[in-house]
Amino acid sequence: MNAPLRRVGVVAMILFGLLFANLNWVQAYKADEYRNSDYNGRVQVAEYERERGKIVAGGKVLAQSKATNDDLKFQRTYPFKETYAHVIGYKPVNLGDIAVENYENEFLAGTSDSLFGERFRDMWRNSKSPGGNVLLTLSPTAQETAVRELANNNVGATRGAVIALNPRSGAVLAMASMPSFDPNPLVSHSTKAAQAAYDKLLADPKKPLLNRALAETFPPGSTFKVIDSAAALEAGLTAQSELTGGSTYKPPDTSQVIGNAPGVTCPNKITLKQALTVSCNTAFTRLAVEKLGADTLKRKAQDFGFGDGDLRVGQLDDGGVRVAASQTGDIKDPDGTDDLPALAQSAIGQANVRMTPLQGALMAATVANGGSQMRPYLVQVLQGPDLTTNHYTASPRELRRPVDPQVAATLQDMMISVVENGSGRKAQIDGYTVGGKTGTAQAGEGVENHGWFIGFVKKGDEPIAAVAVLLQNAGQGGSAEAARIAGQVMKSITRDRGNG
Amino acid sequence: MTAPAASAPPPAQPGAAPRPRRGGRGRRNAELGLLVLAMVLVAAYGAAVQASMLDTITGTFWVPAAVLFLTFFALHLVVRFLAPHADPALLPAVALLNGLGVGFLRRLDLGGQEAARRVDYPVFAGVGGRQLAWTLISVVLAAALLVVVRDHRMVSRYAYTLGLVGIVLVITPAVLPSSISEVNHAKLWIRFGSFFSIQPGEFAKLALLSFFAYYLVRKREVLSLASKRFLGIDFPRGRDLGPVVAVWALSLLVLVFEKDLGTSLLYFGMFVVTLYIATERVSWLIIGLLLFSGGAFLAYLLGHSIGGPFLNFGQRVDTWLDPFADPYDKGWQLTQSLLGLGTGGLFGTGPGAGQPNLVEEVKNDFIFAGMGEEVGLFGLSALLVIYLLIVARGLRAGLAVRDSFGKLLAGGLSFTLGLQVFVIVGGVSGLIPLTGQTTPFLSAGGSSLMANWLLVAMLLRISDAAGRPAGEGAAGPVRSSGTGSAPMRLHGAPTEVINR
Repeated sequence: MNAPLRRVGVVAMILFGLLFANLNWVQAYKADEYRNSDYNGRVQVAEYERERGKIVAGGKVLAQSKATNDDLKFQRTYPFKETYAHVIGYKPVNLGDIAVENYENEFLAGTSDSLFGERFRDMWRNSKSPGGNVLLTLSPTAQETAVRELANNNVGATRGAVIALNPRSGAVLAMASMPSFDPNPLVSHSTKAAQAAYDKLLADPKKPLLNRALAETFPPGSTFKVIDSAAALEAGLTAQSELTGGSTYKPPDTSQVIGNAPGVTCPNKITLKQALTVSCNTAFTRLAVEKLGADTLKRKAQDFGFGDGDLRVGQLDDGGVRVAASQTGDIKDPDGTDDLPALAQSAIGQANVRMTPLQGALMAATVANGGSQMRPYLVQVLQGPDLTTNHYTASPRELRRPVDPQVAATLQDMMISVVENGSGRKAQIDGYTVGGKTGTAQAGEGVENHGWFIGFVKKGDEPIAAVAVLLQNAGQGGSAEAARIAGQVMKSITRDRGNG
Repeated sequence: MTAPAASAPPPAQPGAAPRPRRGGRGRRNAELGLLVLAMVLVAAYGAAVQASMLDTITGTFWVPAAVLFLTFFALHLVVRFLAPHADPALLPAVALLNGLGVGFLRRLDLGGQEAARRVDYPVFAGVGGRQLAWTLISVVLAAALLVVVRDHRMVSRYAYTLGLVGIVLVITPAVLPSSISEVNHAKLWIRFGSFFSIQPGEFAKLALLSFFAYYLVRKREVLSLASKRFLGIDFPRGRDLGPVVAVWALSLLVLVFEKDLGTSLLYFGMFVVTLYIATERVSWLIIGLLLFSGGAFLAYLLGHSIGGPFLNFGQRVDTWLDPFADPYDKGWQLTQSLLGLGTGGLFGTGPGAGQPNLVEEVKNDFIFAGMGEEVGLFGLSALLVIYLLIVARGLRAGLAVRDSFGKLLAGGLSFTLGLQVFVIVGGVSGLIPLTGQTTPFLSAGGSSLMANWLLVAMLLRISDAAGRPAGEGAAGPVRSSGTGSAPMRLHGAPTEVINR
């Protein structure tokens, strides 16, 4: 019986060998994959040993960490829930982090190089100092107004975005995307609950996780006429130059006739300024087809930032959320000549022209800031945990210079006329000069039009804010409602300044 | 003197020769030394856990190890006087596993407490404290077995009784209502109220194995000699297949009605292997393997086609094939186990520094995965080596012991232990479909611990007989002076190897 006993011993060895081999597979070969798996709720507990820094805007704490009795010693909380969700993002245990929580992670977590001194001192203190604080450029009043007015729009839009900038610095004052989400369930220490909350948001057809202000492009509609006007002024026209308008215009090579929006009266002879004020489609399409041409129009759009796929909004020096590139499309026939029907459509922000709400705000800001487009940013100050040392302070810088000051001044004047006499009246603010441009963009067959407003507010010669409002599929009255919302947001910024 | 000693044949291979060994006392001193070493390791593990989880090492870290040492030392004394020639490595190896199990369970208890309260957590509280008590009871049982069973051949006298008891124990949970017998979808239990439950299958395997060994010693000639040759392999006659088919049916019954592949595999593997050791016919292994895999495959197919009692097994196989297909429901346990093992990687996070509590049932079935996160591949490999050592030492006792019953019993017990480790460790690491087995000596729970300590006591008893110099009687003075109840003879069965 000894021979089979020995063989049984060999079998046992083989079985244990299989176990050993399999453990090597799981714990060595697959270890990294498993360790970093989305399903793995284990994190370096060490990351939660240190109190994560706060995210603050205008004195309000938007994100903070509270001590728990868990193994993960701090729980991230977002007291304002939906209001700032797209701006600050979230830092979950098991999911991917986004936005400020993502690109300022090292500083917030206290592991960045600039906080080396703090960590060095910790070695003698027997306690872990918290991470650094991130101070944002956001105006809480403007942000809350933007969120509230978006939600209470009177055209029944359920999706939309607002973004407001300081034209002189590029600082983001408000950035809202509707619908939003509550980031708190996502940072639950129960990874199962967090994943379930995330999956639910992901499955929502209205895409609440999407930051529409930066990450998605829409046809700009008539707001694109600001770029037509800039190109026309640079081509030698003045605000008073006469254009050919009329009730309809049929571009060459197509049977599709371009008309004006209902209620727009556009005489056969109309000045450039008046054409912008009433938003005359026939005048601008004819101008683009007969005078400007596709190359001029495209170049001007690019001067304003179309086609830029590298822009990030966050910290000026390093990191941020990538902004989707706004596009004009090619506007060319296969033989290299202008595709005139497409050019006509592009001039009024249709065809393949698409822009982000941020791009719209940048255009308005450029006009308000005398032709200089400032690089947009959100992070104002990186503050040490001692609350006194500033490890970084944003120094605004120019991104590009799309038009010279004279053209910018004329454009300002024309856009102010839009708000004072034209389609953007609802954006008016008592005691301030407001300029802007409305837009109604066809969103496709069988769906309601998007409503747009891009504009700026000035006190005397000083530009205070530029804003873009988008109401997705808002339908009738969408652009007027967008103008009203923009007015409310800009008003809140002027009040904010008054108080500050 | 005794028949087996007198008719001991010349061993066929030099390795099996009873080599000149150290005397009983030398072996016992070695055992004591190893035992001290094992308990020092357990104490060190406890200290490491405290350092990690309490940030300090309290004055009580050594208490569980000391209690365990006293317990095992008592057993050592029993062995010293009643089984002086027993294998000196068995007791310390098992004690080490048992001790680490207690330590890990205590670590899980601490993990369940709020961080601030851990320092005050009582030494004997929780699952760890209960496991300590179970260890005490198990060791008392093991000592009792050594006291009562002075010669392992004595067991064969009760073989039929044991066989009957074994079958009753196996079947009881299957026929009891689920409310009493089902825990975590496996009907393996008998619950007395809510606080106490036993797993009769753990004891059944000892009883059944004793019966198998006795039965096969009696039948081995007919089973091994009467055969037909087919494809160069000797196949048994149809009528001799009876008992094999009966056990196969029994194990499939277990699979279906107790919803447990592991126990089923364990019984069947246990029987086939003892059959093989007894008959030296490879054909039994092939028949057994075909029958089992055929049965399991059929159960899998039935699970998908008709469901019912096979559904659970079908799902388990699906989970095994792709654990990440349903990571939050059916695959939750296995994926968390794999992720824990992967997170541990080569060296583990260190005792107390992982998050084993994220794995469900980490106290029982998944204890190996829980430990794997903290001790890593290297630690788990060491644990596997200890198991292998126990199996090898058991088989070695079987090789060296002089009677057939002892050989079969030792071989069967050791292999069963090894197979159980294979089934559960293979299950939690994704090598084979997961089943609800306990991990011998590590898992929380009295039944498993008691049964496995009884198994070890039996191996100690057999190894004592094996190590005893030829001619010396069974354990000393208690031996009967040749009355009718002399335990040496097995009801007329030949007690020695006949053919080699």
